[in-house]
Amino acid sequence: MVGILSLVTFLPLVGVAALLALKAFAADDVRAAGAARWITLAVTLATFALSIVLVASFNGANPGFQFVEDTPWFAGLHYRMGVDGISVLFVLLTAFLMPLCILASWTTIKDRVLEYMIAFLVLETLVIGVFCALDLILFYLFFEGQLIPMFLIIGIWGGQRRVYAAFKFFLYTLLGSVLMLAAILFMISAAGTSSIPVLMTFKFAPQAQTWMWLAFFASFAVKMPMWPVHTWLPDAHVEAPTAGSVILAGILLKMGGYGFLRFSVPMFPQASVQFTPLVFTLSVIAIVYTSLVAFRQTDIKKLIAYSSVAHMGFVTMGIFSGNIQGEQGAIFQMLSHGVISGALFLCVGVVYDRMHTREIAFYGGLANRMPWYAATFMLFAMGNVGLPGTSGFVGEILTMTGGYRASTWTAIIAATGVILSAVYMLTVYRRVIFGEITNSALTTITDLDSREVLIFAPLIVGTLVLGLAPGLVFEVTGAATEQLVSAYRAATGR
Amino acid sequence: MNLAHDFMLALPEAILAGAALILLIWGAFVKKTGPVFTLAAVLALAVAAFAAATGQGGRAFNGALIADDWAGFAKVAIFAASAIAVVLCDRWFTQKGTQRFELTVLIILAALGMGIMVSAGDLISLYVGIELHSLALYILAAFQRDDAKSSEAGLKYFVLGALSSGLLLYGASLVYGFAGSTRFVDIAAATHGGAHTGVIFGLVFLICGIGFKVSAAPFHMWTPDVYEGAPTPIVGFFAGAPKLAAMALFARLLTEAFSSSTDQWRQVVLIVALLSVFVGAFAGLAQSNLKRLWAYSSIANIGYALIGLAAGGPAGVQSMLIFMVLYTVDVTGFFACLAALKRDGRAMESFDDFAGLMGERPGLALAITAFSLSALGMPPFSGFFGKFYVFKAALAAGPLTTWAAIAALVGSVVAAFYYLRLIKVMWFDPAPGATETPPGGAVAIAYAAALFAIPVVWVALTWLDPISLHAAIAFVR
Repeated sequence: MVGILSLVTFLPLVGVAALLALKAFAADDVRAAGAARWITLAVTLATFALSIVLVASFNGANPGFQFVEDTPWFAGLHYRMGVDGISVLFVLLTAFLMPLCILASWTTIKDRVLEYMIAFLVLETLVIGVFCALDLILFYLFFEGQLIPMFLIIGIWGGQRRVYAAFKFFLYTLLGSVLMLAAILFMISAAGTSSIPVLMTFKFAPQAQTWMWLAFFASFAVKMPMWPVHTWLPDAHVEAPTAGSVILAGILLKMGGYGFLRFSVPMFPQASVQFTPLVFTLSVIAIVYTSLVAFRQTDIKKLIAYSSVAHMGFVTMGIFSGNIQGEQGAIFQMLSHGVISGALFLCVGVVYDRMHTREIAFYGGLANRMPWYAATFMLFAMGNVGLPGTSGFVGEILTMTGGYRASTWTAIIAATGVILSAVYMLTVYRRVIFGEITNSALTTITDLDSREVLIFAPLIVGTLVLGLAPGLVFEVTGAATEQLVSAYRAATGR
Repeated sequence: MNLAHDFMLALPEAILAGAALILLIWGAFVKKTGPVFTLAAVLALAVAAFAAATGQGGRAFNGALIADDWAGFAKVAIFAASAIAVVLCDRWFTQKGTQRFELTVLIILAALGMGIMVSAGDLISLYVGIELHSLALYILAAFQRDDAKSSEAGLKYFVLGALSSGLLLYGASLVYGFAGSTRFVDIAAATHGGAHTGVIFGLVFLICGIGFKVSAAPFHMWTPDVYEGAPTPIVGFFAGAPKLAAMALFARLLTEAFSSSTDQWRQVVLIVALLSVFVGAFAGLAQSNLKRLWAYSSIANIGYALIGLAAGGPAGVQSMLIFMVLYTVDVTGFFACLAALKRDGRAMESFDDFAGLMGERPGLALAITAFSLSALGMPPFSGFFGKFYVFKAALAAGPLTTWAAIAALVGSVVAAFYYLRLIKVMWFDPAPGATETPPGGAVAIAYAAALFAIPVVWVALTWLDPISLHAAIAFVR
């Protein structure tokens, strides 16, 4: 199975090559656009199939890196790929969401279809690469590189204030990333290697750890995003096209959490302990404050964007709790949020495609005309609230358990976030779905069509499977997480 | 001291000097020069590059000229860039109907000057090399003599260039006065164990003079005006190779002649480097003309190269060399794009001209996007790897250069805004009119450079890395 990671990572680029050839030689733009959709869908589905093979042949009992590829590059760098229990499921999540994004853009993207599909395929390669890279510079190439396709996706196919949002997204994340680059270079010169597995066992001096932790934090906190550097997210989300929001919330935000798990906690354990109070404080502020902010939104997409920030607060709390429940919960919460928030943005996309507005006040009484939509939206709203039986519950209960064992007060304040999320989610659900139709524009709105059913079905299955059988995830993540926690405890003496 | 031996060491220069003379006579007697003339010039540059790459090492003419791996590497890069410039300029001026054979000869003379610069082992040969290439460039900048802006550019370049040469000569005379020699090795021996204040004084003047040639802030004032006024393919030439040559010369001067004063010059170079990065980043924000914008971009990028130089040691010098080579490919490609594009019969220079280019000329728009992101230093484009080398060297050199490198990284975020603005204009905005079909030659050069920026660079670095390191340890110990 050696080579499967490179295959999964670079398979989308084969699709890019096909699309470029199509662009160069196709005479008829409309037919080329149609072909581009099918090519992209086929490539993303093939990538998904490969990632299933990857997860199926992954040995969950082995805490180390598997499917490792290692080729020397230049200046001491290596092309080094590999996955462990922490990263392999993110590869699956990415490959799972991509075909859905393509389907969601099937009819809504009419302009420059080829470029759009190319941007998504490039993005897929870069994101999967982030989760597979085992060399610091290789990781940075993938991590930073995806700013470019995302910038274009927001800027070309976005809403009214797309240019502002695209610039804000790019510059915010770039500033965080350059500080991380400085830390990466420092690590390479201090440890004499850029290999992530080696660096995970390398003991940096405590003083140096503090600085490097802060530099990595600058990048991952922006990516996550954590309060108070979250302000790029609502803008980017609101202006991005639906599929862009799904990728942004479903996958790109996960890279912040993945970065904490891969770098901050194992490589700088002392600094992580030292800064845990800071992270906990920012996490609970994120949970409570952004939940309240979400409640006051008039735009559905913005509301879900703020809700994402709040849910990421649980993730950071779990990661820095330093115990097995917290780490497992954080990973689970990220996977679950990837599915649920992606689905919620798609739900918004459904009505936005029909009415071209996201104002909550515009809607009302949709249950009368769109019963299937109402039921679907209900499931994901409940999942977002954390109803038992959905995947949202497992992540929240585990991160809070973990947080409770690390800091009682943090967990108690964070728990109010669960109530607040019910408040804003149920409120928006009531206002959009229930009641009588008062807006005459809505009297002709149609329910989900077959394409949309096709999009939502896997997401519904995903939410329920994760919620009812979370053990499937823990079988994969268990060994790697335990090793992470025991190494962390040994290093910090807790 | 055998003349034949010395001559063999100076073979690349001899070839170019001979070629320049022959071409001059050829042009003077044959009224109409065709593609054969251009081909001959390219051939001469190729042969000179081959001679530089394969020739033996040593010191010629009493140490005035040094042939080593460093000079060889730099010369191959410089002559290749010059050959591209010959082709690009020839096509561009022929299309305009203002092609003259002197243009090709001047580029060859400039290449000769640059060859002497990177081989210079003496303040005299240093000055000869700088003046030879500068004088050729002054004329090239003003080559479109019916165009007021071009004449202005040439005049400005000349007056300010003469001033900087004055500074350089003043510094050289001070160093000579206090160290007793103009040869680099003798200066190093004379200042061994601490340089006299007079030598340091002279050194600062030398740095100012060369700082002007590489357009580092605060000696950058000429750059935007000259870039704006000079003919586009010419700008593509003097934004790349001459700066590479001047930086290569700079490295040799500082590390060979003034290694005992490293702490002193490092401060000066770092200040100049940081000023360049921030002037380039902030002043670039206010530009609406792309040629001016890339002038500021080049100022900022020279700042990064100077940080690599300030880091010193084999790693620092190597990082500077790789950075400059990768950057040269970027600017050459960018100005090839600019030279190729026309809208409604006039050259495209302002941001507005580039609106909607992605819809009209996707290939060139993609290439410009690649050059912009590369100049910004975004991974996975070639510019990132240049910065990677520079910052790695800076980190290894100590806290002073480390902090400078971090400050420069933050500066690059500021600069990101204007590169993004260019991408935004090309990708997001609607096109105002139709662009004309671009000429094939310039487009081919642009595509080749873009393919180098991504993805060829990933492979190219696996052999550039050892060669450049080899070049760096030729004189840095």
